[in-house]
Amino acid sequence: MSVSQDIQREYLHRPPWYQLAWALLRKQPLAAFGGLLVATLVFMAVFAEYVAPHNAEIISFEDMLTPPSVEHWLGTDQFGRDLLSRIIFGARTALFIGCIAAGTGATAGLVLGVASAYFGGRIDLILQRIIDVFIAFPTIIIALSIVSVFGSDLKNVIFAICLPFIPDAARIVRSNALAIREIPYVDAARALGFSHSRIILRHMVPNVLAPYLIVLTANIGQAILLEASLSYLGLGVQEPTPAWGLMLQGGAEEYAESAPWVAIFPGLAIAVAVFGFNLFGDGVRDALDPRLRSE
Amino acid sequence: MYKYTIKRVLLMIPTLIGAAILVFTLLRLIPGDVCMLRLAGEGAFVDQAAIDLCRINTGIADPFIVQFIRFLTGLFTFDFGTSMWTGQPVTHEIALRFKLSLEIAIMATVVSVAISIPLGTISAIKQNTWIDYVVRSFSIAGIAIPSFWLGILIILGLLITTQAWFGQAWMPPINYVSPFEDPVGNIAQLIWPALATGYRYSAVATRMTRSALLEVLREDYVRTARAKGLLEKVIINRHALKNAMLPVVTVIGIEFAFLMGGLVVTEQVFNLNGLGKLFVESVTNQDYTMTQSLVMLVVLIFIVTNFVVDLFYAWLDPRIRYS
Repeated sequence: MSVSQDIQREYLHRPPWYQLAWALLRKQPLAAFGGLLVATLVFMAVFAEYVAPHNAEIISFEDMLTPPSVEHWLGTDQFGRDLLSRIIFGARTALFIGCIAAGTGATAGLVLGVASAYFGGRIDLILQRIIDVFIAFPTIIIALSIVSVFGSDLKNVIFAICLPFIPDAARIVRSNALAIREIPYVDAARALGFSHSRIILRHMVPNVLAPYLIVLTANIGQAILLEASLSYLGLGVQEPTPAWGLMLQGGAEEYAESAPWVAIFPGLAIAVAVFGFNLFGDGVRDALDPRLRSE
Repeated sequence: MYKYTIKRVLLMIPTLIGAAILVFTLLRLIPGDVCMLRLAGEGAFVDQAAIDLCRINTGIADPFIVQFIRFLTGLFTFDFGTSMWTGQPVTHEIALRFKLSLEIAIMATVVSVAISIPLGTISAIKQNTWIDYVVRSFSIAGIAIPSFWLGILIILGLLITTQAWFGQAWMPPINYVSPFEDPVGNIAQLIWPALATGYRYSAVATRMTRSALLEVLREDYVRTARAKGLLEKVIINRHALKNAMLPVVTVIGIEFAFLMGGLVVTEQVFNLNGLGKLFVESVTNQDYTMTQSLVMLVVLIFIVTNFVVDLFYAWLDPRIRYS
């Protein structure tokens, strides 16, 4: 009873949200700032149609490469498309690809890492060798071959981006899962005759969710960056979809001198987005991992 | 320790073979081949006999298993063959670019160390003050800024400032010159990519320096040093930093390995003819021998660096004993 009373008391006496927010802001100003950036991005991505002042894909040769003005706040690109609107719609592409790729990568890593730690022995050894190969293998060649074999539609780009995150996640989850495996309750679950999948999913996975979430949030920013790099190399998202990396590939270098806004703003969008997710991810790590906490 | 060393060296072999299988398969999954690209080009007249001859000459007409065995025996006898695209020996093509990539990797590592250790130290000493927040933001921004965009900004910045100050726009030279022949020209070309990548790679090392130093500063011997009345400067530099350097060395070592093979995008922006560019070219040209050798080189550098870092770690810290 006393436990539920404690919970009740804590619940009833929970400070209002603005006090919690203020406490977070005082304790972790950087994470709070990151959270704010992430929230803004999510808002832009979800409500792009309502936020964007212009259509992002309509080509208008009369407005080619106009500098920032009242009509086009950030200017227009070499096809006369409004840069601000393309950046706002680009947020949707970036967040969609970033979140799905990071999520898939971390989840695959979670499954592999826990399975590797749980089964141990030969399975662990073989899985670890495979993971070694993937860690050492250059990301770009995997991405290049996936995109050239299967074509560069959205699904394959996401697949190519999620692959490099799997081995890292698997390794971190595995080291945490190894410690949990030694705790007697796993043996107890086995003695009760539970199936492997039940022990893994119900007993081990919930206990490695903290490193999983840390890896996941840390990777969203990197996934956005990787997507931008692939698009910049012409291997990612294809025209006319608004994507930040693609906007830099289009002609940013050619026009860098005469129309620097074409080169500056999309890159700034990438940098701010990744910056926000990284700050936010750092905050998540501090909150979830007691060993890394700064105090 | 000997047992551990031998075990680690032996474990490299399955990793290398795994990488060999992976690159071999991936390359052959890509539709088309080097002969089609070389002879047919874009919609030109295709002479089937010439293509067949080319396929026999380059060896891609053989069954996959024969090709794979040839590739593996080549690896173990250090005979990497000739590039299917240029016809030059693979080692020759790699040697041409290796110098440039190595030089940038070294310069970028120097930049990264010069940024990360002082900043990480300041950040740890001034923990949770605005100085700490500024340093952390600066280093996180380093990972957040895409390297190709930073490259464009640097070139743009150079053009604009030189135009404003000297009245004439200046661009870094495009052709590589050896540092022993023309050190000034060499630095003028390579310092910019080195700065861009060094800044990027300093982020992880800065964070590592900060957290390692924070941990060490809470240890008893640091308290003893303070109780003795040592100057704070001496405590940090002579006592704390020395012990905090271990994980930092690891991070820097691993990053160096990445720098040797992973500069594809930066080389593209700065128009450098290094390993990264060769890599992209040989993949797009479907030059199997070249790509396979490059991948194996990068993987080898990576796992050897990891191994050396681990051994170095044990050597620096006698408490660490591998079994």
